[in-house]
Amino acid sequence: MLTPGSLAITGAALCGISGIPGLCPAISARLGQRIAVFLVLAGAATGTAGALWSMLGNLTETWTLDWTLPFGTAEIGLDPLSALFLLLIFVVSGCCSVYGIGYWPAEKRGLAFFFGLLSCSLALVVMARNGVFFLLAWEIMALANYIVLTSGGDSPEVCEAGRTYLVATHIGTLALFALFAIFKVTTGSFQFPVAAGLDASPLPATAIFMTALFGFGLKAGIMPLHVWLPSAHANAPSHISALMSGVVIKMGIYGLLRTFSFFNNIPLWWGILILVAGIISGLAGVIFAIAQHDIKRLLAYHSIENIGIIAMGIGAALIGEATGSPSLVVLGIGGAFLHVLNHGIFKSLLFLGAGSVIHASGTREIDRMGGLARPMPYTAVFFLTGAVAICGLPPLNGFVSEFLIYFGFFTGIREGFSKATPILALAIPSLAMIGGLALACFVKVFGATFLGLPRTDGAARGHEAGRPMLAPMGLLALLCLLIGVFPAAATRLLEPAIRAWAPGLSEEGTRLAQAAPLSWITLLALLLITITLAFTILFKRRVAGAARGKAGTWDCGYANPSASMQYSSSSFAEMLVRLFATMLRPDCHKPALRDLFPKGGRFSSHVPEVVLELIMVPWFMKSDVKFSSIRRLQHGQLHLYILYVFLALLALLAWAT
Amino acid sequence: MTHILIHILLVLLMPPLLLGVIGKTKAFFAGRVGAPYLQPYYDIWKLMRKGSVFSETTTWLFRAGPIVTLSVAVTASLLIPLGNHSAPFSFAGDMILFAYLFGLARFFTVAAALDTGSSFEGMGGAREATFSCLAEPTLFFALVVLARLSGSLSLSTMLTGSITTLWPDSAPSLILLAGSLFIILLAENCRVPFDDPNTHLELTMIHEVMVLDHSGPAFGYILYGAAMKLFVLGAFFLHIAFPFKAGDPFLDWGVFIIAMLLLAVVIGIVESIMARLRMVRIPQILVASTILAAFALVLVLR
Amino acid sequence: MYPFADQALVFVMLINFLALGSSRMNVSVRAVALQGVTLGILPGIMHTFSWHLLAITAGIILAKGVAIPWLLVGAMRKAEIRREVEPLIGYIPALVLGAIATALAFVFAAKLPLAPEHQGLLFIPASIATLLTGFLLLVTRRKAISQVIGYLVLENGIFIFGLLLTEAMPVMVEAGALLDLLVGIFVMGIVINHISREFSSIDTSRLTALKE
Repeated sequence: MLTPGSLAITGAALCGISGIPGLCPAISARLGQRIAVFLVLAGAATGTAGALWSMLGNLTETWTLDWTLPFGTAEIGLDPLSALFLLLIFVVSGCCSVYGIGYWPAEKRGLAFFFGLLSCSLALVVMARNGVFFLLAWEIMALANYIVLTSGGDSPEVCEAGRTYLVATHIGTLALFALFAIFKVTTGSFQFPVAAGLDASPLPATAIFMTALFGFGLKAGIMPLHVWLPSAHANAPSHISALMSGVVIKMGIYGLLRTFSFFNNIPLWWGILILVAGIISGLAGVIFAIAQHDIKRLLAYHSIENIGIIAMGIGAALIGEATGSPSLVVLGIGGAFLHVLNHGIFKSLLFLGAGSVIHASGTREIDRMGGLARPMPYTAVFFLTGAVAICGLPPLNGFVSEFLIYFGFFTGIREGFSKATPILALAIPSLAMIGGLALACFVKVFGATFLGLPRTDGAARGHEAGRPMLAPMGLLALLCLLIGVFPAAATRLLEPAIRAWAPGLSEEGTRLAQAAPLSWITLLALLLITITLAFTILFKRRVAGAARGKAGTWDCGYANPSASMQYSSSSFAEMLVRLFATMLRPDCHKPALRDLFPKGGRFSSHVPEVVLELIMVPWFMKSDVKFSSIRRLQHGQLHLYILYVFLALLALLAWAT
Repeated sequence: MTHILIHILLVLLMPPLLLGVIGKTKAFFAGRVGAPYLQPYYDIWKLMRKGSVFSETTTWLFRAGPIVTLSVAVTASLLIPLGNHSAPFSFAGDMILFAYLFGLARFFTVAAALDTGSSFEGMGGAREATFSCLAEPTLFFALVVLARLSGSLSLSTMLTGSITTLWPDSAPSLILLAGSLFIILLAENCRVPFDDPNTHLELTMIHEVMVLDHSGPAFGYILYGAAMKLFVLGAFFLHIAFPFKAGDPFLDWGVFIIAMLLLAVVIGIVESIMARLRMVRIPQILVASTILAAFALVLVLR
Repeated sequence: MYPFADQALVFVMLINFLALGSSRMNVSVRAVALQGVTLGILPGIMHTFSWHLLAITAGIILAKGVAIPWLLVGAMRKAEIRREVEPLIGYIPALVLGAIATALAFVFAAKLPLAPEHQGLLFIPASIATLLTGFLLLVTRRKAISQVIGYLVLENGIFIFGLLLTEAMPVMVEAGALLDLLVGIFVMGIVINHISREFSSIDTSRLTALKE
């Protein structure tokens, strides 16, 4: 029986088993890796087909697993909302897996297995329809992610990053346990309630909202719950970072969206809170990103920024529900959905590009690269595509989703006045500022990495990545362009997901394709491309027809400039870092210049992860000291531990009777 | 149709004249005769026929910078209404595209500057990127105010339809808006007091230093694109500061052209009587302009 | 209700930003003088003409626009300071805080239980915004003269509020406010003189040395 759901499940299963042959010692490591990639690709193709089918046909289905555990039947389901995320999971996993052939040595066998397990568990998370089953998939995802994350090596940074990630994800899981417990108390079962089936005004709903925001927000990396994210993304192997940033953190967004979809009668302050959290995440994320020197850490902070933009869209949609404005709902959630897809595409593209750059130059420091566009022309073009897309510039896909969110805000402001109007009005310039800062940041990265002259020998020896690494990047870059120029095709997919999320919208009423001028975007994108091509041809003719000389860069009279004197990424960002110094707390070490002929000195600057290093760690240290007396309970004697268990049992029995 | 044709002709032909008028005004204040009004046209024409020199460090991106700048300016000029006539392309939400198009141009200009590997051009690029981060929110505050006041989401109806009727009622916020947009107009087009298009001291420049290495047709593209950007943003500013309508469609074109030339004279006067700001003051002024625009929004939302 | 009153009040609020954002004392003093003059004109355009009104207007303009700035400039010259060198927070953050305070003023003004004829006027938000700006100046500046400027802006805020009450008790409010102010100026003048004589600096944060 061929249905979208069966295709999706087959895809997930193929991904899940993909790494098993590679574990068998009889099969050579290379072959094992090839088999794994082949199986993941097959699974991704099947799963993508299933997801597309479900979205295009607006099909919903559920299966019940026979399950003898005491938490009720486990249900697996597929609706357009799940399908949207499945699409992202399968496309990005497929690309990352192919990339791994060129990037990751086949001898380290474990990674392929856990990579497959991670993709499979991701798919199960979005298909689970039962709280306990959801938590099971969630935990497999978290642990598989931990293992692939730390497979990069045994260096202290990797261990530290892994530990932070593990602690953070488990605190989040704890919140989710509480979340589903409250669900169980309110609805009487662990099954997910039907969409818009619960009233959001009573107290338990508020508790659900807050725990979901905490638990899922921790996974999504909403500021200030993002502390685990930068170091984890920076220290994982690049194709894993791509999957994490593109897909795994989106599971937090999925969780939030799914939770909100259960409620009707949503109070206004939910939307306002999410919108404000989005603005803060967006601005703070991009401001921190500007100050980074490590290309992957920088990209990680941009994930926080983009999660912020997605949250802004969701906030707008919730405000639209509360104030009864269907166009705000459709535009906000449509923009958020599209940005989920877009961010998955361009961010994994950027991480894969960063992986190639690191592979070629042997360093993660942007300031040690330079001039890589010459040896790596294709990677440069793909990275440029991702960079322009993430800045939200036309004619690429980032622009379309930001456009929808902007347009939602503008519509909300025009339509009337509620308590949320000033915040919607404030969100617009904030989003503009995020865009401007992101542009500064990505010009800096692209310029310092690919343009100019190589700053070190490592960068000078750079070489183009192999075909298995280029092909996925090319596909993702193509997707960026296609969605950017033909957004109507993408929103055609989103329409059923919007209905699944907000069933309150009337069927014939506001549709995304009518609410937003998408055909105009196509027209003007094509116009822009045509004009650019025309000018290019004109320019080429002009240049070819006239004399043409070659010379060094104008050195402003200085006779002996060297490559290391180029404007580096730190110098590029210096003005902005100083402007936001109150927030960034940069840490500069300058040499003191005293005599007329000073000796050589060293300059270094560093921006700490402020929330983690300056707020949380000191706080934890302090509580560690304060609570040290309790640690006496933890003394390592087995019989006393058994006594604790016994006492707990007694207490529970006494409480139950 | 005639009007669209006039729009396109004006957009393509008039921008360099503004530079000529600014130059003439400055010359008048300095007590010189000054270059002829049409000098910028001669310059561009001369550059277009010249040979070019490319630095050995540069790649194709260096050449893409000027091309993208110009094509963005042309595309944006098709979105902006001129005088009392709506733009050739006008749809709800076009103002977002309008603002973001200039972002695209900025990306490629700065990237082209970084492509040369010169630290001076990097410096200019960093300044351009930093200052426009601060200018961007102002423009969007202004757009929010206009959307709220006019109840419309497209530049053409927002700017041509109702500004005249709005002036009596919302004068304070429109004055604030005009003030902040004038600051942005000067900052985005790199005029005094933010940047001096005439200096050749690399350390203190913003825009000019980014294009130091461009020559020949590439530099001609840049010059033409910059003039067009001035024209487009100037037209945006005029809608708010000078919303007079003649009533007759052809007379409106005349009014618009005269207003545009007046604006060029005003910019020339500002350039003549003001000194350049110190670099550290620029962010302060830009933040102040953002606050003016935000204040206008507060007055409107009240 | 009152033509041009809104424009004048917007102007007053803009001057608040000028006072917050300028580093030169001269500019700040002139800004406060200009604010005083604007506020002096306001009663004149709010009511029908009478000689009494003219006297009040002229008095306010003289006091706020001429006398007090003159005193301040004199004090500045004596103490030989031209600019606030190191404010406790920078000018850009101060401007941003001022913007937030102004926005909040509008929010609060909308929530206050006002007489119906006063609702929708700019007086209340402008008054609160000016008041808050005065507080901000007082909190963020070190030099005693900057603090006097802060007091003056604060007083102007109270004055705007008083304008709405002029119908009920015209001269009383005004006289009381001005008296406060005069005392303030005298005290500050004396204090500044003494501080600069004793400590050769008029940085108020040094005053903490006196706490023992």
